[in-house]
Parts: sequence; structure tokens; C-alpha cells
Amino acid sequence: MSTAAVAMPDTAVTWALPDRGRVGMYGLIAAEAAIFTIFVVAYLFYIGKSLTGPLPNQVLHAPIFLTICLLSSSLTIHVAVAALQGARMRAFALWWALTIALGAVFLAGTGREWHHLIYDDGLTISTNLFGTSYYSLVGLHAFHVTAGLLGLSTVLILCLGGHVRQEHAERLDVLSLYWHFVDAVWVVVFTVVYVIGR
Amino acid sequence: MTTASITWTESDAATRPLVERLHDWVTTVDHKRLGILYIVYALIFLVIAGIEAMIMRVQLIAPNNDFVSPQVFNRMFTMHGTTMIFFVAMPLVFGFANYLVPLMIGARDMAFPRLNAFSFWLTAFGGLLLHFSFLGGSGLYGAGTAPDVGWFAYAPLTAKTFSPGHSTDYWTLALLVSGFGSIGTAINILTTILCMRCPGMTLGRMPLFAWLSLTMAGLVILAVSPLSAAQIMLLVDRYLGGHFFDTQAGGSAVIWMHFFWVFGHPEVYVLVIPAFAVVSEIIPVFSRKPIFGYPVMVAATVCIGFISMSVWAHHMFTVGMSPAANGFFVLSTMAIAVPTGIKIFNWLATMWGGKIQFRTPMLFCTAFLFQFLVAGLTGVMLACAPFDWHLGGSYFLVAHFHYVIVGAILFALFGGFYYWFPKFSGRMYSETLGKLHFWTFFIGFHLTFDCMHVPGMLGMPRRIYTYEPGRGWDTWNLLVTIGVVFQGLGTLVFLGNLIWSYFKGESAGSDPWDAWTLEWSTESPPPEYNFAALPVVQSRRPLWDLKHPDDPDWRYEQ
Amino acid sequence: MNGRVRRQLQGLLVLFWQTTAFAASASQPMSPTSIFAPVSTPADSIFELSLFVLAVTTGIFVTVFGLLVYAVVRFRRKTDDDGEEPAQVYGSYEVELAWTVIPVLIVVALFLATARVIASVQHPPKPRDALDVVVIGHQYWWEYRYPAFNVVTANELHVPVSDPAHPTPTFLTLLSADTDHSWWVPRLAGKTDLIPNHPNSMWIDPRETGLYLGQCAQYCGTQHAKMLLRVYVDSRADFDRWIEAQRRPALINQAVSRGRQVFETTACVNCHAVGGIGADGRFGPDLTHLMSRDTIASGAAPNTPDNLRLWIRNPDALKPGSLMPAMNLSEQDVNAVADYLESLR
Repeated sequence: MSTAAVAMPDTAVTWALPDRGRVGMYGLIAAEAAIFTIFVVAYLFYIGKSLTGPLPNQVLHAPIFLTICLLSSSLTIHVAVAALQGARMRAFALWWALTIALGAVFLAGTGREWHHLIYDDGLTISTNLFGTSYYSLVGLHAFHVTAGLLGLSTVLILCLGGHVRQEHAERLDVLSLYWHFVDAVWVVVFTVVYVIGR
Repeated sequence: MTTASITWTESDAATRPLVERLHDWVTTVDHKRLGILYIVYALIFLVIAGIEAMIMRVQLIAPNNDFVSPQVFNRMFTMHGTTMIFFVAMPLVFGFANYLVPLMIGARDMAFPRLNAFSFWLTAFGGLLLHFSFLGGSGLYGAGTAPDVGWFAYAPLTAKTFSPGHSTDYWTLALLVSGFGSIGTAINILTTILCMRCPGMTLGRMPLFAWLSLTMAGLVILAVSPLSAAQIMLLVDRYLGGHFFDTQAGGSAVIWMHFFWVFGHPEVYVLVIPAFAVVSEIIPVFSRKPIFGYPVMVAATVCIGFISMSVWAHHMFTVGMSPAANGFFVLSTMAIAVPTGIKIFNWLATMWGGKIQFRTPMLFCTAFLFQFLVAGLTGVMLACAPFDWHLGGSYFLVAHFHYVIVGAILFALFGGFYYWFPKFSGRMYSETLGKLHFWTFFIGFHLTFDCMHVPGMLGMPRRIYTYEPGRGWDTWNLLVTIGVVFQGLGTLVFLGNLIWSYFKGESAGSDPWDAWTLEWSTESPPPEYNFAALPVVQSRRPLWDLKHPDDPDWRYEQ
Repeated sequence: MNGRVRRQLQGLLVLFWQTTAFAASASQPMSPTSIFAPVSTPADSIFELSLFVLAVTTGIFVTVFGLLVYAVVRFRRKTDDDGEEPAQVYGSYEVELAWTVIPVLIVVALFLATARVIASVQHPPKPRDALDVVVIGHQYWWEYRYPAFNVVTANELHVPVSDPAHPTPTFLTLLSADTDHSWWVPRLAGKTDLIPNHPNSMWIDPRETGLYLGQCAQYCGTQHAKMLLRVYVDSRADFDRWIEAQRRPALINQAVSRGRQVFETTACVNCHAVGGIGADGRFGPDLTHLMSRDTIASGAAPNTPDNLRLWIRNPDALKPGSLMPAMNLSEQDVNAVADYLESLR
């Protein structure tokens, strides 16, 4: 037999600490931000240092449409979560699906851009410093978009199966933080690659 | 005052089949068991990496020795360094934090128990993968075996051209995988501390151990990620034809150094801050006084955390940076000495006016103070860049960082072992064996690492498998090697003490040290749920308040 | 003796030991690689700074260590202790301020002293008659080029002595052909790295003739340990004589023409250069004046006939892991080639 005795004062204490899912997600975002920072620094450092072509201003074209898609998906996911908080399940499902669609369009467009760069412009990851740093940075971001889409799609499937309820809104808000982060990173990547780097 | 207690009948745990008990351990998500797993894992690798060190020291006992070939020696220093940092020191630190943080803050477990388990197994796998490299076979060019590029793996030595085969890839992948585990644990620790403190435990009332664990976790999150990024870049270079560190294509070898040390320097603070944490818990209890200047200790630690992210290029003073860059890093490195010194003074002030009991934990912490002082001062010498142009990359530097890692960190952790062993196991360790361990190890440590400073000052660089006679290095190297024998013996005594006491030690009770933080309010070992009812605290020393109801801390705390 | 006295003695012993170690190392007359015996201005500047830093750190150590020993002795729980807790002191902002301000001042002083030396070493004046040498680090040997004289040599650097009244320093440009290396001859200067695609520079102005030793100080691969440095500081006259000899093309001696033939038709010329005969491999050291050197294999072995033959026959015997392959020559050919090389004065 074992006992554990702890004394407790009689006064009632109001005690509220942050939600751990949210804090954990911020921690993850901080770690990811640190990884991206290193790739961004490498990209910036190597601007203008390639010994051979092709060069950014020769082959890069700012993907405005794709950027609009991705950044809009931040809006749509926000609306989706708000809908869930208001228990409007159909609206939630629609806006959530739209978010996924926009993300998928972004990925497909990136794939198309890469196909063109590789086969038409002759730029691969091993061509020169620009190729190495470009594909690594944009690829790392695309990888995170993919991971995000996998998470979002899982939620969509669960939703279609009727398993998502209003009380999950907080958790999905936390998940949406990750998606907002991915979009914020794109703002940085876009600026560094298509604005500064060109 | 009301008292809540729960009587809990222990199940017939001891008579369950071995397979079931092992399965429990493998599938556990309990922070206490994961803490033990981390610690046991680390101790196994401590022995392995210690043997790797012994091999090196035998080779270096005399000039032009041929105990091992240069190829084997180069693998030894790479594996010794990598293993000690990533698979001994970090697991020890995570193990202690895992076990103690929830108990100290009055929580039932970590914030994400399954992530906790996953992170441990990632780290464990990384270590096994790294050591599997010894068995991986002498693949292409005889280079499919253990990595031999040094623990910081400078480019372009790690390029396919200069490191064909897969030895470098074992280094890269093992650390990449365990790095993700470390980040997971750090997120867990951070979230647990911010979100799961018991009622009344404001951030200003947490034990210093918790504050320092929080700082350490923040550093891991910010610092390990750059290493992961750099390793991904290295893999891109080695397997996708990338040019990140390919100097022939205009790439930079120096940028690897920057990325590595942006990780590498905060990493040593990740290791030493938990040592500070242990010492900050032990010294007050054995001096019978509260820690001197708790708010300043917290502030100093957070300062150290921040400044540590800005000093990294003091590892690169010889690389040819501009005078302005060198000057900046001299200043930031010296600046970090200020909050660090403050902590030393505060520990001293805690002892001052106390009634110090020199049980084994306190012996180790006292030695820590002395050795950390010396390590810090040799660090100040190295911070002076021109002096570093001699001493950096030499055995003086090797002596300095072993003074920090062994003399400060390992000594503090040994102290922590003895202090919390009664809590983890329910048994008291043998005080005689503890003292024997201390003195043997202390003598060996000083023989080795005091003497090691001298060859550095006489021009001996690091990472050399042998050396020329006639440079005045011979006798010092001999003494250094002899000291290792004592350290090995001390470690064996330590392990023997742990094992023997676990089975045969006398029962410890919940609070053998008359201590003041929440972990001592539970049984030894604590039940799976930690606390029958979540405690409510009003000061930094809740058990002091309980034991001295007429003189509680919350009346006097700053 | 009781624990208290034992601890005091232990602490004193450690202190004494460390002082002795430092003193011993400083007074070692001829550790040829001691950092405390400078003969060149960069090493002098570092030495002076180091004395200041050592004085400050020793002062701090004595103070804090003294306080620690005092605390350990004075505040140890007595055997006849009454069991009461001592006064619970939580802190003192005044005291903490003091021991913040004083370290800050010390840091400022150290930083200023350091910054001065950084500036003076990294931005030296360059007199017109300074000698320029280009150092190229290889796995595992040193290439030295004297651009003003069109001389290429290896492993043993010759520089003229510098009179402090009329300095004639040598400026080294540091490059690398493969991995990172570092040039460290402690009596002459602090180390500076040789990093591919990242040229560095350093300078020395040794004021005493003699041979100064060092070795590569950045891990560069298997034989990093045997990439030794030998710097010959010659009188002006000796240096002029040496460089003139280095400028001459290879001596041609008919007696060793068989060896020269083996040298030219086996793969030796792929890596090695010998001036004037059309051999210009750059992977390995230039051998035009091999016999002017005291050592071979970058200091790994003295330059004797036996060692030369051993090196040619099986480089791994002298330097396992060096990048010179064993060419599996017959004994006859080994001797022939060695005879030829021994003619390259």
C-alpha cells in the first residue's frame, strides 16, 4: 500500500494557463522558422555567385497567380474554422475543401514551373549555385505545403465521415496556425527568390 | 488546511512475466520511464564513447606510436565527440528534464506523452545508426565504415570527393534523425512548463530547474534546426549534385562553418544550462538556504540563452574574418561571461552563511563550481581572438571544452544522479562508494585535463593521430593518458554503485534530503500519476512552507 | 587528517600544479613550438596580450577560488550542530549589482586590449621590400610559390630574417587546393586557415635566424598529423643564395638518365614537376630541387637515401594514407629513380 499526501490551502485559486496544443504548435513553428532561415540565408549569400548560367533573371518568372492562390487559402481556412466554431458544418467542409484545392493548385503550379525550368531552361539542382539554392528553398517550402495538405486532407476525410464536431474547432484552429505559417514562409521565399534575387 | 490522500494498492507488478514488463517499457509514454530510458541509454553510450577516448589516449601516450592506424584514430575522435555530445550528454539532459520537470511543477505528465516517446525512440535510433557504421562494412574505397570527418564535419572534407563511400552519411543521417527527436522533446518541455504548472505556481515560483529547462528547450528549438538544415544541404551536395559547399563551383566552405556553429555554440549551452539547473537545486538544499537571488538567476540564464545565439563565430577566429567581425564576436563572447559569472557568485552566496553538508551530491557540485570557474576563465582567454589564433584548434582548446563538458557538466550530472537516485529508485546509494567515485574521478579528471592545457600552449594541434618527439609534448601526453585510467575506474565505481544500490540499498523514503521542491512530496519512486491531488503552491519552496508553517517563504521572497 | 584539511590541501595542490605547468611550459628552453617564445611581431603582439589576459584571469581565479575555499571551510556544518536552519537569505540587489558592474568593466578592458591587437595584426603596414609568398595547402603537403622570383617549391619555406630597424617581413597568401588546412608556426604567428575559394593572408617578420617548426592545425584528412611545417629563417645573404639556386632549372646529369627515363615514363610526371624537362604535374610537390630539402613527405621523414627509397617503394610505410600511390616498381627501378632524384640539387 502506498500513500501520497499533499497539503492544499483552503482558498480557491483561479488558474488559467495557455492551451498546450497552441503553445506546442508555436514551438514547432519556431523550429521550422529556424530551418527556413538557414536556407534563406544560403540563398541570399549565393545570389550572384554562380559561376555559370542560367541566371535568375533569365529563367524566373514571378508566380503571381500561384501566390494569390496560396495566400487566399489562408483566408479560406480562417473562414472554415470560424464556420466550425459557429457549428455551420457544411460551410466548414466547403471552405476547408477550398483551402485544400488552393494548396493543390499551388503545388501543381510549382511542379509545372519546375518542369519548364528543368526541361526547357536546363536548370537543375546540380547546374549551378542558383539551381542548388533555388530548388532547395522552394522545394523545402513545397514539402511543407505537401505535409500541410496531408494534414488538411485527413481532416476533410474525417469530416466527410461525420467525425468532426464543433468542439474540435480549437484544435483545427491550431492546425490552421501551421497552414498560416506555411503561407507566411511563402511571402518570404517569394520576396527573396523572385524580387531580391532577380 | 485540508489534506488529501489516496491509498493505492500496488498491483502484483513484480510477478508479471518479463516479456510483459519489457513490453511496458518499450511502449511507455510515462515521462518517468522515458526519463529512465534516456538516462540508461546515455550511460551505455558513455561507456562506449569512453572506450573510444581510451583508444585515442593509448595511441597518444608516446610519440610515433602505432597502437592504431591513422584511419582508425580519425574515426575514434569523430565517434567519441559525436557520441558524447548527441548520445550521452543530450540524452542525459533530456532524461533528467523528462523525469523531473512534471514532478517539479506539479503536473501528471509532459504535455505530449506520445510525442515524448516518439522523440526518445528517434534519438535512440540515431545513436544505433551511428554505431552501426562500425559494422556497415568497408564499402567503396574502404570508406563504408564509421565517419572520420570530425564531429563538426567541415566542408569540403565531407564532399563526395574527399569522403567517398557512406561513412559521412552515417554521421549526417544519425544526427538528422536524432535532431528531430531533440526538437520534439524540446517542444514538449517548453509546452509542459508554460501550460501545465499546478495552481499557484507562477513562472516566478517555479524551481530554477524548470526555468533552466525552459531556456534549454528554447535554445534547442532555435539551434538544432540550423544543424538539420545544414545536414539537408550536405545530403543535397552528396547525392543530388548540389553545390552548397562545393568550392569548385563557387560554393563556400565557410558557410558550413557558420551554419554548424550557429548550432554548435548554443548546443554547448543546451548542455551546460541543465548542469546549472542541477547545481541550482542541490546547492541550496545542502547549504540549507534558498538560492541567492532567484530573480537575477532567472534573468542571467535567459540572457545567457539570448547572447549564446550571437557568439558562434568565436569558433572561427582563424578562418580569416575581417577585424570588425572578429571584434564583434570577441565582444559578444566576453559579454556572455558576465551573466555566467553572476551565476557563479550567486551559487557561492547561497553557500555563504549556510550549514553545508558534504554528501556526495554536494561534493560534485563544489567541484563543479571550481572547475566551471577554471573552464570559464580559459574560455575568456580563448575569447581574445589573437590568443585564440594560437590556442584555438590546439590541445588547449580540447582541454577547455573537456573542462566544461566533463568538469562542469558531467560533474553536475553526477551530483544530480546521487541527489535524485533515491527518488527514482526508492533506495539510498552507498555514500562510501559515492565518495570513492568522486575522489577517483576528481583525481583522474585533473590529471588528464589540467595537464592537457600544456601541450596546447606548446604548439600541439588537435586531431592528430601521432606527434613528433622533441617538442616537449611527450611527458604531458603520458600524464593525460594515465588520468584516463582513474576516470575509467571512477565511472565503474559509479555504475556499480547505481546497480548495487538499486537492488540492495536501504529504503529512501520520499524526502531523504529534507528538501523543498514538489518532487520530494511524492513517494520514491513516484506512482504513475505523480500526485494524488494536484498541489497548490504559494512560494518557490512549497515543502519549506509545509515544514515551517510559522515561517513560510511567501512572506519573504523577493 | 580530517576532510576539511584534506580539501584545503587538495585545492592548494591543484593551484600549485597549474602554476607549475604554466611555468614549466614557459621556461622549457627549447620546445620549438612554444607560444611563449615569440621571435616575430605577430607572435610578440599575441604574447603581450596573453600576459595581460593571464594576469586578469589569474586574479579572478585567485579571488573566486579563495572565496570558494573559505566558504567550504567556514560554512561547513559543524559536528556539534544544533540542527536549526541557518538564516534564510533570499538575495541582495546591491551585492548583485556590484558583481555585475565589476565583470562588465573587466570585459571592457579585455575587449579594448584585444581589439588593438586584432587591428595591428590584421592590418599591418607593408613595406616595399616585403617578400610575397603564396602558400597552397594540399592533402598532405605545402606548396610554396615565390611569384617575384618564379620559384615553386614545397614543404620547407625559406624567408629572410627581418631587422626590426628596417623590417623585411614576409607576407603569405594562403590558398587551398582541396580541403581546409591551417598554417601554424607558434613562434612566428598565430594560425590562419587555408580554405578553398577563400584566400587568406598573414605575415611574419622573424628577427632571429634559425629553423622554426609547426604543423597543419585544421583536420584535413587521414595524414593531417604529418603535414609538418619547417620555416628556415635565413640571413639575407643565405636567402639570396637559396632563392637563386631554386630559380635554376633542374640539373641534368647523364649518369642518372636511366632513372630520369623511369621517372618520365611511369606516372610520376602526372603528379610531380621537375623544372626544365617538361614534367609539370602539380598534384604533388615540385621536385626540381628535392635535395635542397632536409626532409621528405612534408617533414614526415629525414631526406636520406634509405628513406627516399622507402618512400618511393611504399609511401604508406612512412605516411599511411598519403595520396602518393606505391608504383610497384622493381627494386632496380626504385634505385634508378632514387639516384635520379638525388641528382636534383
